[in-house]
Amino acid sequence: MLERGYLWRKWFNRLMLGLSSVAAGAGILLLALILGYTLAHGIAYLNLDLLTHVAKPAGEFGGGIRNEIIGSLILVAMASILALPVGLMAGIFLSDFASPRVAAAVRFAADVLAGVPSIVVGVFAYAIVVRPMHSYSAISAGVALAIIMIPIVARTTEESLHLVPNSMREAALALGITRWRAMMGVVVPGALTGIATGVMLAVARVAGETAPLIFTALGNNFGFQSLLKPISALPLLIYTHALSPYQDQQQQAWAAAFLLILLVLGISLLVRWISRRRNR
Amino acid sequence: MERQTIMMNNIVKQSGGGNTLQLDDKKGILEVENLSAWYGDMLCIKDISISIPSKAITAIIGPSGCGKSTFIRCLNRLHEVSHGGKVAGRVLLDGEDIYARDVDPVAIRRRIGMVFQKPSPFPTMSIFDNVGAGLRLTRLWSRWGELEEVVENSLRQAALWDEVKDKLDQSGASLSGGQQQRLCIARALAVQPEIILMDEPCSALDPLATLRIEDLMRSLAEEYTIIIVTHNMQQAARVSDNTAFITMDEDGVGLLVEYGPTSQLFANPKDKRTEDYITGRFG
Repeated sequence: MLERGYLWRKWFNRLMLGLSSVAAGAGILLLALILGYTLAHGIAYLNLDLLTHVAKPAGEFGGGIRNEIIGSLILVAMASILALPVGLMAGIFLSDFASPRVAAAVRFAADVLAGVPSIVVGVFAYAIVVRPMHSYSAISAGVALAIIMIPIVARTTEESLHLVPNSMREAALALGITRWRAMMGVVVPGALTGIATGVMLAVARVAGETAPLIFTALGNNFGFQSLLKPISALPLLIYTHALSPYQDQQQQAWAAAFLLILLVLGISLLVRWISRRRNR
Repeated sequence: MERQTIMMNNIVKQSGGGNTLQLDDKKGILEVENLSAWYGDMLCIKDISISIPSKAITAIIGPSGCGKSTFIRCLNRLHEVSHGGKVAGRVLLDGEDIYARDVDPVAIRRRIGMVFQKPSPFPTMSIFDNVGAGLRLTRLWSRWGELEEVVENSLRQAALWDEVKDKLDQSGASLSGGQQQRLCIARALAVQPEIILMDEPCSALDPLATLRIEDLMRSLAEEYTIIIVTHNMQQAARVSDNTAFITMDEDGVGLLVEYGPTSQLFANPKDKRTEDYITGRFG
């Protein structure tokens, strides 16, 4: 009797271990497939020209996506400039200065905001920036991406600050340091790895956002003109070129997609490298 | 401005090596009158009145949970930082109530330093920066040379200089537990307090490190008023000049039972509860 029970448990154990290995393998396989598939389709365009040249007219082979790369960098930079001060300060407020009830309310609001579909954020930015200004613009896209970044940065900042032991705060206060200086001089430096990780993840997230850009950045074929004019970006290029009837544009979309994945992968690796260096 | 002068005077006093300078406004006498403290609605200590002399070591002993730590956290206004922390009563530092309406708790904490149970060097800072943190972050200091001097003096006073002088740029967390605690003492000394509160400073240390801290306390008592919370009665008997015994009543509220010269309190306790505690029949 005991023997049968034991055998059953043993095989059940193996079955479950096997299933979870398969599941883990599937996750890695999917990433490899996406990378391989985009690489295979975009290989014709993956060269230095892709980074340094501007697009050629549809139907002609060659050309690059320099304008879109620059556009994406400008958008991400603008979103970061708008979102980081708000997100970081909100995180500091949540973890150290808010009363528990206020903190719970703000935290809930941030979580809801983080869950709002990005296309809704795009429509919202369209309503509050594009329509009053009567023009699609880089700024409106920056605002839309910033709205997506703020809750991510605020919550990861809060979580990282919570991990700094309370004894550090008290030790600083006991030296006759004001709460704000103690925060900036002792607590925030102690949480810097976590905060940097959160910022990087937020950047990686918005770098790939497409839906909000359709309503705000619109895209343009002439390169960067002004923050008040439409601007092109990598995800927008992928969106339009992938639907193009021309095969060379489709290939370029694949190449751009591969580049975008590499960018996000690069940021993730950077995050891991930072946290590993600090934890050593 | 006045503050600056006081700071400068102290440097002179420190580097001069002796007590040549008499500072009338810096005695470090604490008088506690009817101090009560709450966490939210829960009363922790009730009506404690005690007068703590200058340049001596006063030990606070008592069973776990009697409110010893809460009591000394009231003395540098750190209790009110905890969630729900409330205080009633008066604490006079050299005659002035630190709980008066116009008193800034930050200024009080600069005059009354504190060392905690668990060594708590700032992990992101070097040994040098740890000691200099108080001055740097209060912006009382600007010139590098002076900062260096204060850091060295503080580390010497804390009997740590010889062990760390060649590795001041290393992380404070790289030191041993006992060294970390002396680093925290140096850090507290660097802002030139009048009084140093110690909340079970040796409970995380081995006997040898404990002995070093106790020696250090004795030498610091020549210049500073020291108040130490301990539940180690031998330690109280070894280092302190005066001892206060706090215990809790049936409701768990901390009360001051007896206070007097250490030798007298241990040899000849007046109160039955004190006697029970120090003879090990309770707590």
